[in-house]
This record gives sequence, structure tokens and C-alpha cells, in this order.
Amino acid sequence: MVATHGRTIQYREALREAMEEEMRIDERIFLMGEEVAEYNGAYKVSQGMLEEFGPKRVVDSPISETGFAGLGVGAAMYGLRPIIEFMSWSFCLVAADQIINNAPKMLYMSGGQFGCPAVFRGNNGAGGQLGSTHSWCVESLFSHVPGLKLAVPSTPRDAKGLLKAGIRDPDPFFNLESERMLGMGLHGDKDYSRYLHGGKWAPPENDNDFVIPLGQADIKKPGTDCTVIAAGRPVHFALEAAEALEQEGIDLEVVDVRTYRPLDIETIAGSVRRTGYAVVVDQSWPFASVGAEVASQVYEHCYDDMDNKVIRVHNDDIPAPYNRQREQDMLPNAKKIVDAVRAVTYNA
Amino acid sequence: MTATNASPPDADVAQGKRPSDGLGDEKLHQLLYDMMLIRRFEERTMQAYQQAKIGGFCHIYIGQEAVAVGSINALKDDDPIVGAYRDHGFALARGMHLNYCMAEMYGKITGCAKGKGGSMHMFDRDRHMYGGHAIVGGQCPLGVGLAFASQYEEKDNVTLCYLGDGALNQGAFFESMNLAAIWNLPVIFVLENNNYSMGTHISRGTAMANDLSAKAEAFGMRYAECDGLDVLEVYDCFSREIAKTRGAKNPQWKRGDWDQIAYSREGATPGPAFINVKTYRYQGHSMSDPQKYRTKDEVGEYKERDCINVLVNHLIESGKATQEQCTELDNKAKQVSKEAVKFAEESPEMPVEEMFTDVYANPFGPYVKGGLPNIITNENSGE
Repeated sequence: MVATHGRTIQYREALREAMEEEMRIDERIFLMGEEVAEYNGAYKVSQGMLEEFGPKRVVDSPISETGFAGLGVGAAMYGLRPIIEFMSWSFCLVAADQIINNAPKMLYMSGGQFGCPAVFRGNNGAGGQLGSTHSWCVESLFSHVPGLKLAVPSTPRDAKGLLKAGIRDPDPFFNLESERMLGMGLHGDKDYSRYLHGGKWAPPENDNDFVIPLGQADIKKPGTDCTVIAAGRPVHFALEAAEALEQEGIDLEVVDVRTYRPLDIETIAGSVRRTGYAVVVDQSWPFASVGAEVASQVYEHCYDDMDNKVIRVHNDDIPAPYNRQREQDMLPNAKKIVDAVRAVTYNA
Repeated sequence: MTATNASPPDADVAQGKRPSDGLGDEKLHQLLYDMMLIRRFEERTMQAYQQAKIGGFCHIYIGQEAVAVGSINALKDDDPIVGAYRDHGFALARGMHLNYCMAEMYGKITGCAKGKGGSMHMFDRDRHMYGGHAIVGGQCPLGVGLAFASQYEEKDNVTLCYLGDGALNQGAFFESMNLAAIWNLPVIFVLENNNYSMGTHISRGTAMANDLSAKAEAFGMRYAECDGLDVLEVYDCFSREIAKTRGAKNPQWKRGDWDQIAYSREGATPGPAFINVKTYRYQGHSMSDPQKYRTKDEVGEYKERDCINVLVNHLIESGKATQEQCTELDNKAKQVSKEAVKFAEESPEMPVEEMFTDVYANPFGPYVKGGLPNIITNENSGE
């Protein structure tokens, strides 16, 4: 296979490029978080940034999520553009008052006088055998809240484009990254789906203005037989499922939601109308989840166009187990998606 | 770092001079009027609440007027303030028009937050008032953020972050004190210590309540305390401490010599402070408080030392005002408070379509490629 995707770039490098480019053009932007500076980033996302921007703009915070997340909100009210890194979104829960009360509601409660143009970002989703408290998927928790915007990028291209859009956006922006995806792309085109070749993997080189608008879903793989709707890491499971089902003659269309707030239901519904079938994949828990919301909206928009019900694929409704194999079983994965597609398209 | 900002007030103290000695009669009258304004405004607020014209939770500032007036008058106009939910007093002391404050409580579109915030959420961008905040202690990290931002922009501002004694026991307070200390931020944590967090006496809820300097000491932060029933003492204390905070420099902007960073209260360079202002509220915690936790005698004792009477007596005794002048100021305060109620009552309700504005500064829609969005202003916010 000839690599036609241009650049070899890891997800973590794309995040870094987004921050560096924006910080070069806007002095108001600073990065703050645990181990972002001298340690070079707990996951090397901010590697080298201290050297370029100095300790005033790349700031190591103590382990005080309430303190530094709230600091970000206050600094944003004043007029700065903070990027607040959570080492993991699992750790943001102690800062809940700041990120779900103060950040998204400030504009409204002040009658439009003070907004919160801050970015909160970090790893989301199960890492590897970290146990339940470290394995949070927060998209369903936070998408509930009006006033914030939330992205779950699945590729370096999307990670860069969406983060840049979020940094420039005047509203609080939550970027949900994935520890398990940070290194994807390290080995060129070998560790991600061939469906992403041809420019879908890497952001363009030397383009400061490469931005992906918030609220635009992306068809990662076009297909005719069934729509799989996913975001973040599960997009890769869906592409893996597409590869497996291709052998059975089932042609999946994989729609990447990219941002749950705003949700691009037009693109999602357009796809379901074409294929007549929908499987919704979501790496959070099933009850009152973003997957449930997407499924509900698909029904509202496509009720007369579907040839079967919607099937959802989620985490199993249990705390994440530690055991290596059981953890994998608990997460959404290609096998679950394949089963769901077969179940929903049996009458095709 | 140099201690240039710290020296003049200390020298004054040594010579027995008080910053308030320099206040002219006109300024003193203004301080008195500001306190009377809050008192009379709050009386009208209570009345309107009892008539069910104001809803929600409503926390009355009566008794504590000297705290907001004394401290805010020691600030520069563009110094940020942020505080908790007992916030009408701050709003008025900072210069918000009474009409907008009252209309906000009435939920009217003419309110300072268009009727979206209510009693506990007074904001005034033009007057650098970054809000009343209703989750106890939640404003502390915001105050640290405001100070971080002004320091980042190398502006010469001091942020006053107000909190009640109930907030002393929130984690957000301790995290904020720590961040302010390690980055030497120009912020002063102002403890409005009225002895009660709702109905729980500070001795029952707060360790070391008999010596709150311990809270500051734990972070190597300057501690001061003052009598919050004496507006001139509050003014003096804040004038001195603000001068010692203004110009605080971040020691971590320079890399490499961290073992040299030491925090010291003695001969300190400009830096953050914690001020314990001892005050008392005459009314309940909120309008719905039956006040079973304290005696009428206790309230009566404090009323003997009422902050407005203290200043009136001082001005008359020192020949800086006559009884007639004081009465005239009070009548004026009564008059404008009455007018504020009229304004609020006659203002239109928040229209239905207004419910949906100010949710996003950049509502979902076409994204403009390139170009950085401006800081949100009244002009470009909303839809």
C-alpha cells in the first residue's frame, strides 16, 4: 500500500501543532495544567512548548483541578484565552463546579457581559487497565450542559482542526482526546484504517488557517448499506468493523460526529436516509448518553426512512473492570459493532 | 523583586498616620452616603421580597455596609472585584445604578443581567465587577484567575476576592490561596466574617476560628484584620494592604532557581494577602431565615455599634459634617431607593425571545475562517 496521506503525524503532535500555531498569533493564549511545562507533558502533548513560549505562557500547575480550572474561567472573563489541560478528564470531576457551573453559564448569568473563551482539554476514555475511576468518558456528562461546546476528535487532522477552532471560539470548548490514540500514526499508515488514507488522516502542512468548523460531522467512509455513527476512538472500531463486513458484502457508511455540541444532525440524518439503517456507537455508558441522544434525534428525523430500529453500541453498563480482557469486552469494539450491524440489517 | 510599594504605608503607620486622614469632607460624605444608600436600598429590597416581587434566594447586606464601601473605595476604578451571593452591597458600592440592581432582582429586562441572574448574580462589566457567585467558595478560583490575568498582561491591578466565613471550609478556597501564593498573584482574599455560615457559628464549623491568621500562615501569605463596623478602619486597612499587593511579580516567570523561592510575611515583597474583616449582619442569612441560632440581645449589641452611626458620630464630633447634612444624605438615599423600586416595577418583563440569547457568544452557525474573534462585549454577544 502506498501512503497517499501526505504526512506521518501522531495525534499528540497534531494537538501540539494546534496550540503552538495559535499561541504564535495570539499572545492572550496560555497553556496551564499538571506537568505541561518542565516535564514536557505527562503524555508529551506539550513537548517543547516551554522552550518556545517560556514559563509565563506554559504553566505547570499543582494538582488542584478546582483551582486551576477556575483560574482559567476567571482569566477568560478578564480577556485571556486559557488552554487548561486535564491530565485526564477523569480528574476534572473534582473541578465540576468550575467547569460546568462557572464556565458555561457565565455569559448567560451575566446577561452577556462576561463570557468564558477557555479551552479545557485532556484524555478521555479508558486508558489501559486503570480501573473505573480513571476510565471516565465524559461526553455524556458534559454534553448535557447548555453553554459549552464539546468535540471528540478521532484523527490528527480532526484533532488539530477542531482544537484550533475551539481555541478561537469565544465559548468554553471541551476537547476530549484519548490516551489510546495519542500515539496513533507513529508507524506511518500501519496502525490506522486504510479508509483514512487519501488525506483523511493528517492535517495539511504549513497551513495556519486550517480550521475545522465546530458542528460539522464527517463521513469517514462512504457506504451504501448501513450507517454507523461514532466519535473519537470508536470511529476506528467502526472502520475495523467496516473492513470485516466488506468481506460479507455489507458496505458500511461511517459518520464521525466530531462534535456533540453542536451536533450536526443534518449530516447524520442524511446518511441514515440514504442507507435506511443506523447503528450508534458511543464510548460512554448507555443510560441518558450522547448515544441515546443521537439515536433519538435519528428517529425524529428519519422515522419514515428507516427499514429497522436503531441499535446502540456502548460501554457495558458497569464500572470499567481492571482485568485486561474484561476491560476490552466492556468497551465498544469492532466485534460489537459487527454484531449490531448484522442484527439491524437482517431484513435488508 | 523590590518592595517599593510596601514602604510608604508602613512609614505612615510608624508615624501614626492613617490613610483616611487624607480624605476630604466631600469624600467622607460620599462614604457615608454609599453606606446609607445600601441600607435604604436593602430595606426596599426586603419590602419587595415580602411582597413577592423579588423571588429566589435573597441575602441582605444590612449591617455589613462598611466592608464593601471601605474596601472598594481603597481600590482603583479598574481593579477587579468578585464575590459571593450577598452582593447588592458590592454592586452599589462599585457604582452600579440602583435601578439596574433592583430591576435585576425583579427579573426585568432592564436589570444588570437582563433578569437572567437575579439577586445572587450581580455583574457590571463597565465597573470591573466580575459577579456575585452563588456556589460557596466558587468565586475564589475566579479571583485568582482575574489576578493571574492582570499580572499576565503586566497591568498594575489588584483583585479583591470576597468570601464569607462559610467559604473558609471549601476546598476551592484553599486551592486558591495556594495558587495565589506560589505565583505571588495580586489578589486579596477578603473574609467578610459575620460569624455565621447560614446558622452555624464560625466556632462550630471552622478550625482555628479564634486565630484565622493560621489560614494565611499556612500559605506564607500576609494576614491583616480590621473592624468591619468602622468604615474608616476598613479603608485604612485596605489602603495599606492593597499597596502591599499592587505590583506583585510572579517568581516562576524565571526558570531554574526554584529553591530560592521562599515566602515570607516579614518584610514581604508585594504579594497576595488574606484580610479578616469582622462584621455582622442584622438580618437572617437569607430572607427565609428564622434566626433561631442567635439571640436578639446579640443582634442588639451589634446594632449599638452600627457602622453608619459610627461614621455619623465621628463626622459630627470632628466637625466634618452637621446632623442636618447627614439627614439630608439619608433622605436622598431613601428617595433614590424608592425610585429604584418604581423603575423596577415599571420596567418590562424579560421577553420570551431573550431567554435564548447569551447562551453562546458564537451561536452555532457558519464559522468564519481565519481571524480571531474579539473579546466578548455587550455589543457582539448574543445572537
